[in-house]
Amino acid sequence: MRNEAYNFAFLDEGSKREIRRCTLKAVAIPGYQVPFGSRELPIGRGWGTGGIQLTLSLIGLDEVLKVIDQGSDESVNAVNIKKFVGMCTGVKTTTSTREATLIQSRHRIPEIPLRNDQILVLQVPIPEPLRIVEPKEEVTKKMHAEKDYAPIWLQLYESIVKYDKVTIGADYPVIVENRYIMKPSPIPKFDNPKLNDSECLYLFGAGREKKIYAVPPHTKVESLAFEDVPFEVEHFEGRCCRLCGSTNTYLDEIFDAQTGERLYQCSDTSYCREVRQSHGK
Amino acid sequence: MENKVLNEKPVLQIKHLTVKYGTGCPECQNSLEKNRCRKCGTVWAANDISLEVYPGEVLGIVGESGSGKSTLMQSLYFDIEPDSGEAFLSEYKDGKENIWNTSLAVKRDIKNNLMGMVYQNPIRGLRMNYSSASNIAEKIIAAGNRNAGFMTHRAEELLTAVEILTSRMSEAPKNFSGGMQQRVQISKALANNPSILLLDEVTTGLDLSVQAKVLELIRNIKNTYGISILLVSHDLAVIRMLADRTVVMLDGKIIESGLTDQILEDPQHEYTQQLVHSLL
Amino acid sequence: MGYVAVSGGSEAIEQSIQLLELYRSGTEKDLEIEAIKEKMSLLVDRVMSEAGLYAPDLAALAIKQCEGSCEESVFLLRAYRSTLKRDYYSNVITTDKMRFSRRISAAFKDIIGGQMLGATYDYTHRLIHPEIEKEDPVKLHQRFKEILDKQEPVKTEYAPRVSDELKKEGLMDTYEENNETPFDVTEAILEFPAPRSAVLQTLTRADTGYISGLCYSVLRSFGQVHPTVGELRSGYVEITVEYPQKEDESLYLGEVLMSEVECFCQSEGEDSLKLASGYGVVFGRNENKAIAMAVLDRELDMGGEYPPNDQEFVLMHGDCIEMNGFISHLKLPHYVTFQSKLDAVRKTRENEDEK
Repeated sequence: MRNEAYNFAFLDEGSKREIRRCTLKAVAIPGYQVPFGSRELPIGRGWGTGGIQLTLSLIGLDEVLKVIDQGSDESVNAVNIKKFVGMCTGVKTTTSTREATLIQSRHRIPEIPLRNDQILVLQVPIPEPLRIVEPKEEVTKKMHAEKDYAPIWLQLYESIVKYDKVTIGADYPVIVENRYIMKPSPIPKFDNPKLNDSECLYLFGAGREKKIYAVPPHTKVESLAFEDVPFEVEHFEGRCCRLCGSTNTYLDEIFDAQTGERLYQCSDTSYCREVRQSHGK
Repeated sequence: MENKVLNEKPVLQIKHLTVKYGTGCPECQNSLEKNRCRKCGTVWAANDISLEVYPGEVLGIVGESGSGKSTLMQSLYFDIEPDSGEAFLSEYKDGKENIWNTSLAVKRDIKNNLMGMVYQNPIRGLRMNYSSASNIAEKIIAAGNRNAGFMTHRAEELLTAVEILTSRMSEAPKNFSGGMQQRVQISKALANNPSILLLDEVTTGLDLSVQAKVLELIRNIKNTYGISILLVSHDLAVIRMLADRTVVMLDGKIIESGLTDQILEDPQHEYTQQLVHSLL
Repeated sequence: MGYVAVSGGSEAIEQSIQLLELYRSGTEKDLEIEAIKEKMSLLVDRVMSEAGLYAPDLAALAIKQCEGSCEESVFLLRAYRSTLKRDYYSNVITTDKMRFSRRISAAFKDIIGGQMLGATYDYTHRLIHPEIEKEDPVKLHQRFKEILDKQEPVKTEYAPRVSDELKKEGLMDTYEENNETPFDVTEAILEFPAPRSAVLQTLTRADTGYISGLCYSVLRSFGQVHPTVGELRSGYVEITVEYPQKEDESLYLGEVLMSEVECFCQSEGEDSLKLASGYGVVFGRNENKAIAMAVLDRELDMGGEYPPNDQEFVLMHGDCIEMNGFISHLKLPHYVTFQSKLDAVRKTRENEDEK
């Protein structure tokens, strides 16, 4: 039930419109970080306020909302966000990826390919891919404008010199339509290929850093890699989900407290449940 | 040599370079005290400088601090923007377009592909915390190459050329001695086979024995690669060792130029005479 | 696996919130909003100043709601502000028209309009007064009420700024009034170099501890300014808005308590030394914050090699909500990213083993 003490979707209409304008600009320039006047929310900056502002500005009465954190619908933060959006909109929520029209996520893209009528909103802690090589915003803005990306490639090369491999983990940088280098938010490398030529619209919101960016459907998104050192995703060879048996998903590693044994299970809990149901387990 | 010069097209040509700090006034050129106008206080750091560098030659520029030689070097490497003047590189648009009149992106391309710079202080030219191989790769990446194997191969080749063991290529220059850092800088400058190498006081601050080695190395590189070099130094001994032709600068102006031997044997300007005298 | 486990999240949150209520319920003694507002006014001031919202009642309520946590209270006010429409911008306020309750100068003994010590802890001995534990709040309040009732009201007198005199003497640069619309940091993202209006807004909303620490680093030597507090004034200023459709008339909305500081520093002029001032103004009686702000304003203006000279460094890291939000987010689960990190580490190990 919606709390009538607050405007529909919490923010005032003027703020929501302004955020949508910035979102349109982001869609028009894939991979470019559009600055926006980030509003303060009753949820902590750094806790997904960029994603929440996108969700609040986009949500309508007939939307079906799904919120996940680390792939899980039930994680504390996901539940908390869902509760907040539910409180101020009263829209229907779901845990099913197929049923949702609007999905907000932290750190994962669902395993099931998303459709053209779905939007995935990703929460972004640090949107600037060049921040690791240059702390100043004034400088990184110029670097993007001039497509001066040598320093980030150098970072990659340096790790090859040292370890024979690129050692970046999650949030692995991508280049969008051969123009802007972009951070995909801290999704595992496993999820990076899902950004390329996708059916759905991906929106990225960084509330604390006040940036919005987007990957529209059918956009070319490549993970940075040298010609002779191919991009590699996390590998789970020889392992499968202990619950549903999947071997083609991103797995969480857990320790059995009793036996000390290392176990694996799907990070995408909704997908895992679906597979189990289809097996009749 | 003179004939060769006449027949060939210069690799680098600078025409009327002027860099001033201050507004300037009509009296400026007639009321300079050293390089500063007595009337309006404007400093003419580079005052109508023109010169050429020909293929395969080493042009030395000698002068004391404040003579304008660093201003010349910084203008050429786009570190400062000249007030007026033109510069042409034979490899950029066939030497027909002024490189100072281009966009930032083109300037960056020219720096990465056509020029190699070696600074007096290696901190300016190197990323001290990155490996030596990465320092060389940086230039290659900036030129658009995305083949890691090529970069590693090129780094091995160039580090060998400057006599650094390839076993140390994954080490960062911050762990190296001053002379070694200078050699890494030189190898980095050569990464993309530039058409001209700019050397700014490269041996200043090094021990005498190390200086000799670096100078020897530069001579070898010139012989091996046939690269043109613009060499700036306050030290006439360095110029004597390396430069084919020499330009003497004082107070922002060129006061004398010619074959190095000629200048050393028969200096014309009083200041050059002093310089040569102090060398003996 | 009680914390995030695959399920049970909502229940854990409910219980956690209940626990907070339990802590808040601590004793049968009430903490009335009025008492917080009147008797913890410096905390209320600090919360309003960092929230950038002048609302003493709400601030007091917020403080009550979150066990007195300063950053949580600021947070509550900021979030509340997001739900409000912004109908007006106030007219420009000049503190020349401040009804002050405290005014001092560390630069001159005698200043036009006079010094007024006002209320300050500066000259108290910081000794705990055990008798307060047993004091009778009603008697205490009445005692002071009686004193006040016997006082004759005095006519409000305004005072010019101390810096005005120095400007007349030509020792300090004068500037033309800048009537450009100020940048609004609550509506637009900062861009660098940031205009001064954005710098001042960011500083006045900054976390008190943060800017005090930065200012202290300047004073100790990571900066160039050796400031003198030219003038510090605290008091009330009137807020008005333009009367709709009548440009020369205005509507009086009320007054706010503010503290303003100008600090004087030496600066190099074209050919001689002169004085330059740094400016600080904050809601409430947060005078140390106002001084710190003035010092940083000057330090940023001068530029230099130290962190307090760097706009991006100073302005991007002092917002109470942003800093505490990002720090606290570290407590969120990072299973996926950590798994990815682990994978990268293991792969390099495999490589080494192969060698």
